[in-house]
Amino acid sequence: MNELINLKDQLRIIPLEHYVFLCIILFSIGVMGVLLRRNMIIVFLSIELMLNSINLLAVTFSVYHNDASGQAFVFFVMVVAAAEVAVGLAMLVLIFRNIKSVDINALNHLKW
Amino acid sequence: MENNILQLITILIPGLPLLGFILHYIFNDKISEKISGMHATLWVFLAFILSCTVFYSIGDKGQIQTHLFSWINTGDLNIPMAFIIDQLSSIMMLLITGVGSLIHIYSIGYMHGDKGFNRFFAYLNLFIFFMLLLVMADNYVLMFVGWEGVGLCSWLLIGFWYQNQEYNKAANKAFIMNRIGDLAMIIAMFLIFNQFGTLIIQDVISEATVPGSLHIHLGGITLLLFIAATGKSAQIPLFTWLPDAMAGPTPVSALIHAATMVTAGIYLIIRNNVLFSMTPDTMTVIMVTGIVTAIFAGSIAVKQNDIKKILAYSTVSQLGLMFFALGLGAYAAAFFHLITHAFFKALLFLGAGSIIHGLHGEQDIRKMGGLHRYMKTTHWVYFIGLLAIMAVPPFSGFFSKDGILIAAYHKSPLLWGLGLASGMLTVFYMMRSYLLVFHGDSRVEKDTMKHIHESPPVMTVPLILLSVLALLGGIINLPHIFHGNTWLQHYLTPILTEGSIHADIALEYILMGISVSAVALVSYFAYRIYIVKGAVPSENNETQGFLSQLLSSRYYVDEIYQAVIVQPFYKISAFFYNILDLKIIDGAVNGLGKLSFFISGHAKETQNGNISYYLFAMALGMGGILFLFLLF
Repeated sequence: MNELINLKDQLRIIPLEHYVFLCIILFSIGVMGVLLRRNMIIVFLSIELMLNSINLLAVTFSVYHNDASGQAFVFFVMVVAAAEVAVGLAMLVLIFRNIKSVDINALNHLKW
Repeated sequence: MENNILQLITILIPGLPLLGFILHYIFNDKISEKISGMHATLWVFLAFILSCTVFYSIGDKGQIQTHLFSWINTGDLNIPMAFIIDQLSSIMMLLITGVGSLIHIYSIGYMHGDKGFNRFFAYLNLFIFFMLLLVMADNYVLMFVGWEGVGLCSWLLIGFWYQNQEYNKAANKAFIMNRIGDLAMIIAMFLIFNQFGTLIIQDVISEATVPGSLHIHLGGITLLLFIAATGKSAQIPLFTWLPDAMAGPTPVSALIHAATMVTAGIYLIIRNNVLFSMTPDTMTVIMVTGIVTAIFAGSIAVKQNDIKKILAYSTVSQLGLMFFALGLGAYAAAFFHLITHAFFKALLFLGAGSIIHGLHGEQDIRKMGGLHRYMKTTHWVYFIGLLAIMAVPPFSGFFSKDGILIAAYHKSPLLWGLGLASGMLTVFYMMRSYLLVFHGDSRVEKDTMKHIHESPPVMTVPLILLSVLALLGGIINLPHIFHGNTWLQHYLTPILTEGSIHADIALEYILMGISVSAVALVSYFAYRIYIVKGAVPSENNETQGFLSQLLSSRYYVDEIYQAVIVQPFYKISAFFYNILDLKIIDGAVNGLGKLSFFISGHAKETQNGNISYYLFAMALGMGGILFLFLLF
């Protein structure tokens, strides 16, 4: 029990603001990656990055507020993300088989 | 006779011609010419027989009312489908079915070999039905149905030879000019309902005569009814359609445009004579319109060269004389002239038809002449018709015209003089047409001359019967000074408001003497010009003097209407079409279309298939929403 409290205290050595800024930076990198990169795999990675930045934020607040529900959310998010990755990568493989490319702008036929 | 049998008969009278029309409609292509003509005539003739029985029983019953069913029943408005037969309508029914059957028989010969033979008889039957409906109607609305129906049949029959575009134009002209009168009739019905709360003719009349009651719209009602009558009966200013209506086959001109339909206006006024007698101003308008039309149309007829046009203007002129009599309050005299006119004008038209038939379609009197040698029967019947319309005693026209003139003298000698003048015009133009057609040298073209022939008996027999009627028709209203008993006047007394005119017998003799000698004088004058001098109307109109130019151009009435009404109307239509319709309305509708094209043309750019673009838009949107949350 003491060790656990110690861990909390140790985590609280780093101020909350730092965690928040780190998360914002990670999330922004993810957003920019999604918006600017054209390689589908990188876009995928960027999405994961965004998800994990949110996870980190949730866990941080969970620790700082002594509330476990934040950690429960994170598990759900991880499960969903894993499922999404499985489906997304499968689609990516199929797309590559069809168009021999992972360029995100190659599939732009669905328009007016 | 039993009342319900009589009611059945009154339903059958208009029902039989309608049945004839329906049968024609169903079996149009399947029956031969002979059967078609025979059975069409049969229906009308049966209706005539039934009309005779009705006429006979009216004598002791006074009137027969037949209520079929309640037609329109809403709120205060209650219009039954009902017939009323009284003295006036029973005589009209006899006239319509009697003259109608004769003209049906005649048409079998006249229309022989025409492509539209069956169609022609179908229309004739339909016309008889509507005309009977008009005179038998118990209320204004049913009368209006008949009124419109005869207009429709008139249109169908004027444009009977529809391949000719000119004929179609004439038909449309007749229909459109009639519409003006019809509009007046509709407004009159509105006013009647507003004033009296009913549209049943008898109720309106009994309501109007309640002592001490004040009806402010009565003047308007009678004036509007008169305008309606001017449309149907071709009076100034709506008369120009009737001469053009001669485009139809000649039996049609005789039946519809001389004997029956055009007298509907006169019938309308006599039917409502109680209302008219209460509005002296309207009576003055009718009188002036009538006499002006009589002289105006008579003077135009003097210079026409188409035999049917002469008779058409003569009809307008005679109808004008009838309106003149109506305006004087001499309803019985007007109705008497209506009957005799129906006889002799139908006779003259059918005689003219016989001539046209014999000459294979030639209608120009300049290309006739000397025909009495080739068409003896036609010549004699035409001669009788001529004497009747010229008012030579003892022919029917003499008594009827004399009745009108005496009524006019009773009002003012000046009016008598005007009436006499119109009569003299009649004498002159009729003598002119008669002499140029039947006497003098033959001017018939050589090709036609070879085939010239008298008409078959199927045409001449009705002519002979009609000539007997034209000769003896005067008997029905023989004045006292000829030891007659003015039967018609007495017969119509229950429905008329006029007081009998007690003219001095010596005066009557003098007036008759003057008119008869004037007839003789003018006839001699015409004889001098057209036989002794042998004058034939010139081919070209350019060498004529101003007056004859004016007359042969029909006072330029058509041109004036064209310039004053038709052309401005076209201009307005063109304005509405080019500016209002094409620019504004179409512009607005097309503008909306163009606007949505414009908007969607730009809006579709957002859907460009570029995933980065979508994601960017999504991020932007999310950012925007977050920003809004921060703000508020």
